[in-house]
Amino acid sequence: MSSILELKNLSFVYGLKTPFEKKAVDNVSLTINRGEFIGVIGHTGSGKSTLVQMLNGLIKPTDGQVLFDGEDIWKNPKDIRKIRFKVGMVFQYPEYQLFEETVYKDIAFGPLNMGKNADEIDNAVRRAAEFTGLGLNLLQKSPFELSGGEKRRAAIAGVIAMDPEVLVLDEPTAGLDPVGRDVLLSQIVQYHKNRSNTVILVSHSMEDIARVADKIIVMNKSHLVMFDKTREVFSRGRDLEKIGLRVPQVTKIMLELKEQGFELPDSVLTVDEAFSALSDLLKKEGKIW
Amino acid sequence: MVRDVAFGQYFSGKSFIHRLDPRAKILLLIAFLVIIFCAFNYFSLLIVTIFTVLCVAFSGVSPKFYFKSLKVIVFIVIITSVLNLFYGTGEPLWQWSIFKITANGINRALFVTVRIICLIIASSCLTFTTSPTELTDAIERLMKPLNKIHFPVHEIAMMMSLALRFVPTLLEETDKIMAAQKARGADMDSGNLVKRAKALIPILIPLFVSAFRRAYDIATAMECRCYRGGSGRTKMKTVHMSMRDGAACILTTLMIIGVIVCNLIFTAVI
Ligand SMILES: Nc1ncnc2c1ncn2[C@@H]1O[C@H](COP(=O)(O)OP(=O)(O)OP(=O)(O)O)[C@@H](O)[C@H]1O
Ligand SMILES: [Mg+2]
Repeated sequence: MSSILELKNLSFVYGLKTPFEKKAVDNVSLTINRGEFIGVIGHTGSGKSTLVQMLNGLIKPTDGQVLFDGEDIWKNPKDIRKIRFKVGMVFQYPEYQLFEETVYKDIAFGPLNMGKNADEIDNAVRRAAEFTGLGLNLLQKSPFELSGGEKRRAAIAGVIAMDPEVLVLDEPTAGLDPVGRDVLLSQIVQYHKNRSNTVILVSHSMEDIARVADKIIVMNKSHLVMFDKTREVFSRGRDLEKIGLRVPQVTKIMLELKEQGFELPDSVLTVDEAFSALSDLLKKEGKIW
Repeated sequence: MVRDVAFGQYFSGKSFIHRLDPRAKILLLIAFLVIIFCAFNYFSLLIVTIFTVLCVAFSGVSPKFYFKSLKVIVFIVIITSVLNLFYGTGEPLWQWSIFKITANGINRALFVTVRIICLIIASSCLTFTTSPTELTDAIERLMKPLNKIHFPVHEIAMMMSLALRFVPTLLEETDKIMAAQKARGADMDSGNLVKRAKALIPILIPLFVSAFRRAYDIATAMECRCYRGGSGRTKMKTVHMSMRDGAACILTTLMIIGVIVCNLIFTAVI
């Protein structure tokens, strides 16, 4: 696999040279490969949002480098806009960025800035709306007439419409109802599958991350503490608990059963996996046939 | 970013000036601002300058921040002093076509520079050492007599404190919205004036929408807590004049007398 984003000794300090100086990201180095689905977890204030905002040059690292396709994104500060089209960024509560008269025009804002022609824009808008499950009948409405969840979809569509090579989502499901969360999450997974683009998802829900991510970045107090396959990360439940995180509920139950002496696999991520692991065990012990 | 401006910021602390009654601070500041413009010769100007330096020293806020607040007005100072330089009366010391510089012009330029700097530093001293709530509270109490002529003092003060309260919130919001639009390729730093003005639309509209939303929210929250205007409300924090305020008044009065005496003894240079 080829690397798409490479972070080298990345640091960021808020309010540099003021009394309110605050180190939000401290010496982070890692490599993200093309097509991976990366989860980012960490306690509140651990620097997740700050970290991902450096990936597309919205904030400039105070130290270190971000390499996109092997090139420092800040090598030529004039070209930073091009990077923003390649690394799409969906913020926390993105619905507050809507501004156009119609949803259609709002989704078209990104592609328009890229200098695409009318046909390409139309195509991009429709595809993005479809991907995020936004009904085509909503496109001619004012974005301010939509419900909260629809606004969220419209805002996410506005970023997807730029067809970025890397899609970064900062807590896209925060504040949605349980069904809405699940649907949105599956749509993101679907997007990742169909286009085989790289996706980076920041989330506080361990269940969600366990379900969708190939690899996990764990941040704690501005430091990178783990960057590994999902299974490896969640098999270190005790370490995660020390930094105020937890593993998915079913993983925890299985972990505790294992500690009681039952012969179970190291880390179980979903209920389905737990079911098959448990029925295997019961079969082996002759309790069921 | 937008937040880097020092002017109008508050630094909490326990210095002599911090602990003055905010009402006293406002009145003394007004007196001082008047006196700045009554200094007509170098001796009185010196007294005014010394007083300004004392304010900085007694405020317990690092001079660094006073310099920062001056940065904002460097332009204004330069323009006004250059204009004054050429507008002097009397014998020209130097002349080139219609431009002439006179001794009076030089004096004027110097005076206007020192005056503006003192004015900004003294006002910064007030905002640096007084929290916005204290400030609006003091203004409300100072304007109370206006209630007699049915001037809505309390409402105005409440509006002021709400507005002040939301300045940082809206700045933060602006930062966020700007970042979100930049992420969609909004280009705010290039192009001609019209293009730049247009580039503001994607920022201003969400900002207005959120300002209205917040206004409704806060109105509802206030009503839920039975807010019904100013009559009969008591204060959580009441301030009293103390010895300290007396000392500050005496110092300021001495300064004013000094300036007046200097003005009488020495001839005016502007
Ligand atoms: N604009 C800012 N100015 C100053 N400090 C900031 C700013 N934004 C964030 N910080 C600080 O930087 C640290 C990291 O913040 P960040 O937003 O990256 O955390 P996070 O991991 O995304 O948290 P959450 O899960 O709550 O979103 C925090 O301690 C925060 O107080
Ligand atoms: Mg965050």
